[in-house]
Amino acid sequence: MLSRLILFIFIFLASHLAGNVRGARKKTERGWGWNQLRRHCGGARPRPSAGRRLRGAQIGCRGGCWAKMAAMKKALPPRLVGLTFFRAVSTSSMGTLPKQVKIVEVGPRDGLQNEKNIVPTPVKIKLIDMLSEGGLSVIEATSFVSPKWVPQMADHTEVLKGIQKFPGINYPVLVPNLKGFETAVAAGAKEVAIFGAASELFTKKNINCSIEESFQRFDATLKAARSANIPVRGYISCVLGCPYEGKISPAKVAEVTKKLYSMGCYEISLGDTIGVGTPGIMKDMLSAVMQEVPPAALAVHCHDTYGQALANTLMALQMGVSVVDSSVAGLGGCPYAQGASGNLATEDLVYMLEGLGIHTKAGKGQEELLGLRSFTQTWPTS
Amino acid sequence: MGNVPSAVKHCLSYQQLLREHLWIGDSVAGALDPAQETSQLPGLPEFVKIVEVGPRDGLQNEKVIVPTDTKIEFINRLSQTGLSVIEVTSFVSSKWVPQMADHTEVMKGIHQYPGVRYPVLTPNLQGFQRAVAAGATEISVFGAASESFSKKNINCSIEESMRKFEEVVKSARHMNIPARGYVSCALGCPYEGSITPQKVTEVSKRLYSMGCYEISLGDTIGVGTPGSMKRMLESVMKEIPPGALAVHCHDTYGQALANILTALQMGINVVDSAVSGLGGCPYANGASGNVATEDLIYMLNGLGLNTGVNLHKVMEAGDFICKAVNKTTNSKVAQASFNA
Repeated sequence: MLSRLILFIFIFLASHLAGNVRGARKKTERGWGWNQLRRHCGGARPRPSAGRRLRGAQIGCRGGCWAKMAAMKKALPPRLVGLTFFRAVSTSSMGTLPKQVKIVEVGPRDGLQNEKNIVPTPVKIKLIDMLSEGGLSVIEATSFVSPKWVPQMADHTEVLKGIQKFPGINYPVLVPNLKGFETAVAAGAKEVAIFGAASELFTKKNINCSIEESFQRFDATLKAARSANIPVRGYISCVLGCPYEGKISPAKVAEVTKKLYSMGCYEISLGDTIGVGTPGIMKDMLSAVMQEVPPAALAVHCHDTYGQALANTLMALQMGVSVVDSSVAGLGGCPYAQGASGNLATEDLVYMLEGLGIHTKAGKGQEELLGLRSFTQTWPTS
Repeated sequence: MGNVPSAVKHCLSYQQLLREHLWIGDSVAGALDPAQETSQLPGLPEFVKIVEVGPRDGLQNEKVIVPTDTKIEFINRLSQTGLSVIEVTSFVSSKWVPQMADHTEVMKGIHQYPGVRYPVLTPNLQGFQRAVAAGATEISVFGAASESFSKKNINCSIEESMRKFEEVVKSARHMNIPARGYVSCALGCPYEGSITPQKVTEVSKRLYSMGCYEISLGDTIGVGTPGSMKRMLESVMKEIPPGALAVHCHDTYGQALANILTALQMGINVVDSAVSGLGGCPYANGASGNVATEDLIYMLNGLGLNTGVNLHKVMEAGDFICKAVNKTTNSKVAQASFNA
């Protein structure tokens, strides 16, 4: 108790001393505080635009675009037609954005497992509790994997038992196999996640089997989950590129996604594991996947290794995806590129969504989220 | 993502992977490596001109005063990357911007490569005359869409600043020197908060009609998001053709590339950036600065858009300047590549 009190005091002091928080909470040197700026610059609901009036136009659908441009030409005075022509071609590629986005916070699992220092169990629990207060509706708590493989997650049972389970918030956990699933359920898990990949080589190196064999393993877990009425989320790694195979075909991603969906996963999170993707490749991949699985059952999980995460996420939103994974403070590096950044930062994602007028529950808790960033910079490690 | 055994981490040579699978090309300047995965998005321009503002906008926000020789070496390296426009310096009083005190020496000292343009900032007629005497062949003027920002930054109203710029641009036109116009605070102001798209349009139109060939719309404090970028551009593009517009995004809140993508989708094909994401933000301590040229090129390459710029050479120039100012790069691409 005393050590926790000391920790709180330290965090309070640190958060006021630490100047390295991006999107700083501190009052700006000469003018508006961050909250004022956020309200005035980031919070406005967008007005309907020319782009929105092209609702329904298929991205890249020549027929639809030409027809709509012809309609606009008739409606507008001649001198604006040239500009309109250009704008119609451009904005029609922007699509319609969802009104609401669900954020899946993966910091405590995906973020922490890529951090070198082992974070003590009470600190993990504190982080998850703070995230719960931040208004997030899904927080991936831990991974029931062997500590031999992922030492950071060795305390999975203690963490899951130790966190406060707020009503209305889901706390999924990763389970690599049936044994992990059973341990997770015994520890109180109410939702689980399984992990596939769109790359044969990655699957072999990561879980020591082929993609087909991995489906057989998942089948056992999915059956058990169904019997226990436990929803299962599916992850697919390497959807935009693989550190071993390089390019990954959208068709392969679609095939694996379809399989996991038909096996019973309620949602499939498509992961740009090494962050190599760019918006065009994201679009191609999603176009292929959406022919097999409805957009509402899809999520994107972008790593920011090359700074592309937010732009890729924006493209996914334009394509109709409305679930985005992110990690508070952009936790986690990349095991394939020392010193590289990790997941898309939840704060930066929330900032963009708020600015776009897209509703997220986490928007209300943005102050708390920023406080969390300070927390993650100062926590003690063992 | 996933459960990566720690043993795997030590078996990979990521640099080698990058060269083989090549999301980063290091071959002929501007040529995309055939292994690089690209995908064209419909509605995007085919070619994007990058205006490199690192030596001016980037360095002027760096605390460490960079020696003149280092600045010259930095600009010379940038000239060899394929960049076609490099903003060199600012002919502003050294009292206001000490970093730019050596503007004349830098302008005279750099090697001016054929096919590369070297604009300089000129806040007034006096600065313009000095710039020309030092060999400048292109200039820029700096307006703002916010009265308060204009007053605090250059100590006069927007209207007064426009009159000053008119003198400069008129003189420039007499001498056949092209002038570029900047509009600060296009998506938000540290003093006034939100800025109406109409105000941005009014100021841009003023600069354009006085003779600026291109208007660079700056999200000075990086508060913009794709929605506000879109609204602002929709308004400006009613008065100025997209071919005469550029965007200048700061990455203070991590929104720069998403905002730039939006601008590209709207038809803009000129983007300002700074190598290594140089420059902080004077309004938010510790915040990042300009969008990093490397990260921008990475996105443009992936989109299959031509830039003519060699990413690897830009990263090397970035590495050089970061060592000189003793800071870590703000470019994620550089972080991922050099530390692998």
